[in-house]
Amino acid sequence: MALIRLEPRGQASQAMLYLTPVLAVVLTLAAGFLLFAALGFDPVAALYAFFIEPLTTTRGLGELAVKATPLVLCAVGLAIGFRANVWNIGAEGQFTLGAIAGGGVALAFYGEGGWWLLPLMVVAGAAGGMAWAAIPAFLRTRFNASEILTSLMLTYVALLLLSLLVNGPYRDPDGYSFPESRLFEEAAVMPILIEGTRVHLGSLFALLAVAGGWVLMARTFVGFQIKVIGLTPMAAGYAGFDQKRIIWLTLLLSGGLAGLAGLCEVAGPIGQIMPSISPGYGFTAIIVAFLGRLHPVGILLAGLLMALSFIGGEAAQIGLGLPKAITGVFQGMLLFFLLATDVLIRYRLRFGTKGPVVKGVAAKGVAA
Amino acid sequence: MTDQPHRLELRQITKSFPGCLANDRVDLVLRPGEIHALLGENGAGKSTLVKMIYGVQHPDSGTMLWEGRPVTVADPNEARRLGIGMVFQHFSLFDTLTVTENIALGLEKPGPMAALAQRIATVSERYGLALDPQRHVHSLSVGERQRVEIVRCLLQDPRLLIMDEPTSVLTPQETTKLFDTLRRLASEGCTILYISHKLEEIRALCDRATVLRGGRVVGACDPKAQTARSLAELMIGTELSTPERLPAAVSGAPRLEVRHLSTTSDNPFATSLKDVALEVRGGEILGIAGVAGNGQAELLAALSGEDKVADPDSVRIDGRPVGHLGPRERRTIGLAFVPEERLGRGAVPELSLSDNALLSGYARAPLVKGGMVQFGRAKSYAETIIRSFNVVTRGHRAEARSLSGGNLQKFIIGREILQKPDLLVVGQPTWGVDAGAAAAIHQALIDLARGGAAVLVVSQDLDELFVLSDRIAVLFHGRLSESRPTHRTTVEEIGLLMGGLFNATTEDEDEALHAV
Repeated sequence: MALIRLEPRGQASQAMLYLTPVLAVVLTLAAGFLLFAALGFDPVAALYAFFIEPLTTTRGLGELAVKATPLVLCAVGLAIGFRANVWNIGAEGQFTLGAIAGGGVALAFYGEGGWWLLPLMVVAGAAGGMAWAAIPAFLRTRFNASEILTSLMLTYVALLLLSLLVNGPYRDPDGYSFPESRLFEEAAVMPILIEGTRVHLGSLFALLAVAGGWVLMARTFVGFQIKVIGLTPMAAGYAGFDQKRIIWLTLLLSGGLAGLAGLCEVAGPIGQIMPSISPGYGFTAIIVAFLGRLHPVGILLAGLLMALSFIGGEAAQIGLGLPKAITGVFQGMLLFFLLATDVLIRYRLRFGTKGPVVKGVAAKGVAA
Repeated sequence: MTDQPHRLELRQITKSFPGCLANDRVDLVLRPGEIHALLGENGAGKSTLVKMIYGVQHPDSGTMLWEGRPVTVADPNEARRLGIGMVFQHFSLFDTLTVTENIALGLEKPGPMAALAQRIATVSERYGLALDPQRHVHSLSVGERQRVEIVRCLLQDPRLLIMDEPTSVLTPQETTKLFDTLRRLASEGCTILYISHKLEEIRALCDRATVLRGGRVVGACDPKAQTARSLAELMIGTELSTPERLPAAVSGAPRLEVRHLSTTSDNPFATSLKDVALEVRGGEILGIAGVAGNGQAELLAALSGEDKVADPDSVRIDGRPVGHLGPRERRTIGLAFVPEERLGRGAVPELSLSDNALLSGYARAPLVKGGMVQFGRAKSYAETIIRSFNVVTRGHRAEARSLSGGNLQKFIIGREILQKPDLLVVGQPTWGVDAGAAAAIHQALIDLARGGAAVLVVSQDLDELFVLSDRIAVLFHGRLSESRPTHRTTVEEIGLLMGGLFNATTEDEDEALHAV
């Protein structure tokens, strides 16, 4: 019988650190192949429709950037927090608050907008996300309440708040009581960057966030403190790094970026405030952050990949009549395989029975 | 006696790791009822050898005979079934579980918890290893954790007991008591394989010694016929340099003053400091002795700033009240600090030596400018440390965890000393560090003091304190004794103080009884 054993490596493998995300993608595709086959579809055609076809047109590539934008914005912020062991799970809520605050500005100045309106909305959006993230930061630093729970629970509060607003104050007065706001005026909408697509200014923000996140983590002393706190809190205490400050900083930063992402959605592709403004970007960003190895550049790539899963999922719904859940299935498989293959960073696979671990028959005889 | 089989015999045991031959054709014979010392510097292969005996690792080649029969020890469970017990230098305990639960996890048939707790209490009392079975391990000091490991082994009535540096956390009196226990165990026929850097102890306790160097057996001797110096030289293969000391040139006002320092903690198992007072002047080394868990961790944290003190005046550096300041501000004033735990507190295991140079170096060396890390400067700072303190490593890119204990400690001490502090506070400067590195560290501390800095050393190693200190004080149950000039005291006197025989009130004695 062939045995597979895990053998500890002396040192974490740098190569595997970058290879396992690729391996996870390959395994996800393989599992998808089997899944489609089991469901009675032609697996090759289905995978083509899901993963390749959206990339064959300019419009498709543009949609990829549109979907990746909120994911990357949220994930860059989350990853910085995760590096410091600050587990903000509530980006979805901060995203929503960004849309509420920034979109609220657009509605408040409806009809009076000028060049100043969009910058004001951007600031308000980021501030809304920060304010929402400040609640878990306060509860964590003051009462030592787990930010995992508080930030997650606040997401549902945020969604209900949005629902309340679009059914009340934000509702379009000429909208026949539909729970939607007015369409934003020209001055409140993100300018389009590439003609013929929906790629908007938010994508530029996402790229700036990637660059800023990299500089912060790789070059600044604050980034160094974040790393040390995440790796070895005791050493951070020894060195005199203020952990509460870092908790505030990382939560405000990730909340602010998530809020910005929310604003970019309502002021970008959506163009108004609706009861549902996100297909779960804030949660998917958690997968993006880990798939990208918590590294800003990795996150950019992972964000594009995840965006593809959204677009491909839509294409599969339309083209093959698959249920909406297919997107979640692929995202879940990807995270699952990534976590599973991560073991290869510290362990290597050995095949066969040959090796030092052999049960001592003689020793058992003595013991008996 | 002679026709009795050897308890354990190793023949030509070889074990290699990627890039390193840890054991090279090692032969070792352990007789029933003998106390056998295994000597060698860090990295000589002692740990690998005993781990193979205990089944944690497996030899590449060679034979192991247990009581005359060849065996392969697949894992520690099997080793325990054979009758091999081991007390590790690094503890394998679960922080969130109690002492009893931890011990139960190491036993094949723990039985009911209440009965086990009773047995633990009995054994720990019998061997003088004060231990409360109900306490959670996270609240225990280093010394107390080791007691858990020792008791866990003793509960299993081993026929071969491997002890890796067991006495580093005991008072001389307790050590004597432990030696009585070990000798009693040996006289009952149990073999003891004893690993220690304390050569005097080996001379006092062991019947035979095997010396390892670079993975090979380089000699065997009767330690009683050797001096500590000749044993050390056998170990390192060259002549040993003794730290040089000039009489203290104590100068000026106290650099560190502690007055009425009392602490309370949310942790019910922490030792509160009670009205601690001390002062250290420039040029002087003050040694603080004491058994682990008597308030050392709390004192060090209160001095480093990791725990702030309610009354700012209770800790003064150069006359300035600092009790309310954190570690960063205290460092800026002139403090440098070497913590007890080098990996995981004094250094970040996963980060490079460059990054670890930055860890505390940022406060006094110009390594950060405008919020940006000056990586070039951090690198050259790390290289300066490596060069000045002879740190054996691949270079400034090496991860901290890749260094041996002694080399990492040289690096950390170098990092602190090269910041040219006015005041250096050091916890356990040479715990688990080999003789060569220890001598270098001692010399560096003495040189720093000679240069005018005040040095405070907290250690459980009395030999070390007697080598280093100008004055010695003792911590017991959170109280600090008056300090005595080193040349006017003796190991015995300090040992008695470590056992609590100083102005102990009735209340303290009650506490001492409850603590047992």
